[in-house]
Amino acid sequence: MEVKTKVEDRTLTISLRGDLDHHAARGLMEQTDRLMEQNLPSKTILDLGGLTFMDSSGIAVILRAKRRMEALGGNLVVINIPKQAARVLETAGLARYVKLI
Amino acid sequence: MRATNYITIEFPSRSANEGFARSAVAAFAVQLDPTLEELGDIKTAVSEAVTNAIVHAYPDTLGKIVIKARIQEGNVLEITVRDWGCGIADVERAREPLFTTGGEERSGMGFTIMESFMDTLRVTSKEGQGTKVTMRRRIAQRAARR
Repeated sequence: MEVKTKVEDRTLTISLRGDLDHHAARGLMEQTDRLMEQNLPSKTILDLGGLTFMDSSGIAVILRAKRRMEALGGNLVVINIPKQAARVLETAGLARYVKLI
Repeated sequence: MRATNYITIEFPSRSANEGFARSAVAAFAVQLDPTLEELGDIKTAVSEAVTNAIVHAYPDTLGKIVIKARIQEGNVLEITVRDWGCGIADVERAREPLFTTGGEERSGMGFTIMESFMDTLRVTSKEGQGTKVTMRRRIAQRAARR
């Protein structure tokens, strides 16, 4: 999986490309943790527009990022969710916990 | 039920095989002429079952995973994912949403997603002997969709 990042005005944008499964999730979580610790953003945007597949491993990635952002006093927004990934997030009822756009 | 076509795939419980497993089953399912959404559902359910086997059946070791996919009469795809790992002590509890023994890396939604995305889900498991997940999904025939 390919990860692109951008930091602007304390907003961290993480754009994902490829398949987000358990195999990719561990490395992504470590990378996300590191980026948040280094940049101390007030807002993190997780852009899923380039995902070709996502299973429940993506839920764990999103919830972890949300907890980290809350610990920093900031918030997490998930944007550009592809149809297949949206079905996974809807099934998990994630919209109750995270802002999905 | 009689199968009109089938495949069997065997691989070690390496996480690098997750993508191969779901893509292989999806490629087999294409002959049922599914929609992209149906294909996405099948890939997702297979990915969840295989990940469970990799994470929970063989937590500290590599073991064998076998997937069988069968096309049955009535345009039904049956998929079984079998492992010979540590087994599940309480299957009913494991199937509850948000239940996980996999720590922060897992969401506990795997079985819920398999149940939602497939028509039927059966899980049989014995501690120390392994787990078998059987899922079925009927693919609507094109003529019926029109």
